Amino acid sequence: MKYKSVKDHAELAEQFNRDEARVDWHDKTLWFIREKRDKAAWQIPEWEQLRETASQIKNNVLSNLHSYLLQFEKKAQQNGVTVHWAATPEEHNQIVYSIIKKHSVANIVKSKSMLTEECHLNEYLLKQGIDVVDTDLGERIVQLAGEPPSHIVLPCIHWKKEEIGELFHQHLGTPKGNADPQFLTAAAREHLRQRFMTSKVAITGVNFGVAETGEIIVCTNEGNADLGVQLADVHIGCMGIEKIIPQRKHLGVFLRLLARSATGQPITTYSSHFSKPREKQEMHIVLVDNGRSERLGSDDFRNALKCIRCGACMNTCPVYRRSGGHSYHYAIAGPIGAILAPGLDMKKHADLPFASTLCGSCSHVCPVKIDIHDQLFKWRQVLVQNGNVTSTKNAGMKLMNVVLSNPTIYKLAGSAGRWLMNYLPFIVNNKFNPWYKQREMPKPPEQSFGEWYTRNRKSS
Amino acid sequence: MVYKKQKVIMSSREKILTAIKKNQPEGNPLPEVFSVSVANQNSAQRFQTVLTNIGGLVVEVDGWNGIKDHILLNFSESKRIVSTITELSAITGITDFKNDPHLLEDVDLAILQGHFGVAENGAIWITEDQMGNRALPFIAQHLALVIRKNEIVSTLHNAYDRIEATNYNFGTFIAGPSKTADIEQSLVLGAHGPKSMTVFLIS
Repeated sequence: MKYKSVKDHAELAEQFNRDEARVDWHDKTLWFIREKRDKAAWQIPEWEQLRETASQIKNNVLSNLHSYLLQFEKKAQQNGVTVHWAATPEEHNQIVYSIIKKHSVANIVKSKSMLTEECHLNEYLLKQGIDVVDTDLGERIVQLAGEPPSHIVLPCIHWKKEEIGELFHQHLGTPKGNADPQFLTAAAREHLRQRFMTSKVAITGVNFGVAETGEIIVCTNEGNADLGVQLADVHIGCMGIEKIIPQRKHLGVFLRLLARSATGQPITTYSSHFSKPREKQEMHIVLVDNGRSERLGSDDFRNALKCIRCGACMNTCPVYRRSGGHSYHYAIAGPIGAILAPGLDMKKHADLPFASTLCGSCSHVCPVKIDIHDQLFKWRQVLVQNGNVTSTKNAGMKLMNVVLSNPTIYKLAGSAGRWLMNYLPFIVNNKFNPWYKQREMPKPPEQSFGEWYTRNRKSS
Repeated sequence: MVYKKQKVIMSSREKILTAIKKNQPEGNPLPEVFSVSVANQNSAQRFQTVLTNIGGLVVEVDGWNGIKDHILLNFSESKRIVSTITELSAITGITDFKNDPHLLEDVDLAILQGHFGVAENGAIWITEDQMGNRALPFIAQHLALVIRKNEIVSTLHNAYDRIEATNYNFGTFIAGPSKTADIEQSLVLGAHGPKSMTVFLIS
């Protein structure tokens, strides 16, 4: 599902913020998951060592991606898998469609894949007359609602159960007013089982691809990826080229980190290793670049390619929790999305690196130690240098530059500001001041530190 | 002989690989994967605690008869019970697992043997040769896995030490019943796969 909005993060966040009770609920729900992550991490004494090892393995992958991809391709082919390469989202979509078309199939199932969201596969296939059913419960909910997921691990975290009850009443015919999660999940199970039983092609994402063996690993809690693949004649795994890891034993490191970081679980219910297609089954892997090979050449931004899509940075982010995933208007929301998106289209996503307080919490929870908040800061500099910020922001920063680099102007501006806030508060307490939105302005101090210091030093 | 100059069009594969070769940074040797505590006597206890916490049920038995007794007592309502374990054929019907996987849709309970368990996360490693059919562990309404009590390793690192050099067409770690918390973070067991997972530990 594409984002049709032309509004920027601040405007979309403002919309989300109109319902204060809902924002509080959203905030608390995500913080609860962050706390579960903490509890899971604290049970592992070697947690930091795990993060460091994972980070170093991923650094090694980025330095040897060329040979690892070739090794992966060769091994996968030896396993009887067809490997495809797609430079762009369009090419990825065409490859997937050509496989489906070859089998004359009109209905397919797909488990969670952020890559296919990034490539807008569903809309493309829909235009070709292919009906794609997302089988992850959360993804199915947002699909029925005609929305994109708002979170990479928890696609409908912004939906309330009563709303889901109403949605299911309309689409699945469940009784009106029934909002019991147990009941609604059972209804979805029945509904989706029919699709599993009749779909000849199953698409999955890929969590890890092992260069040493050519196998792909897909993790789910629901079992939807497996049920789809094991019943289908054709399995298509869509995989970003950065998902490669060197050896099978490295899965021990990444699978220990992934679910604990994502939801606080010790491991996902299913961690499936697809090595060879079953008898009479076809298996395809589509390797997608879409700007990744270019980003690899950037010293400042290549580390974002280490991401294993756990979503921990979103759950902890004070801005994400209070602005909602859709305010990022990109397939991947939150801090990691804000550093990935501008790499693909700087102009379209120029607002995202500013959707952060730079508190650094994202970098602290990241299981592969991506310097997320540093990259957010670096993106801001690149965006300003390239003229991709609004003229207001640009003018404001130039003004700040003048004020902060000249002590006389700085002192003058400080005392003028304090005087204004004391005697003419309406100058700052109005809707034209963005800082006044959803906040009271602070009481101005009586004097600056400079003034206090001068006075107290003299009196002593 | 005249050779006609041909414009070379690079395939996406070449294009991607060329760009990667040009852009990948140097250095960054592969780190050693550290190994943590090896299997100890508490592994079975820890396995049981963790699996119970994530919605599984652990049953200790002396042998196959213990499994049969438990199944007869707790799955008396099940119409179709299948297993790849010959010792359990008395309580299961006869199934041709090579048939179309869709024919397994009405399986109420599948009893399969796993390779080993992992104490830190309650997972059991099982490969295609133990499944009868790849679809079976996922399509059955309820799943029971059997391992030996002394086949429980401490962490996933130890698990991959065991798996590392093996060959399988398809293998999976299964930790508990299929589940979802997509509706307001309320945990529901039985999303698309089995609604329950029983693990028999044979001592």
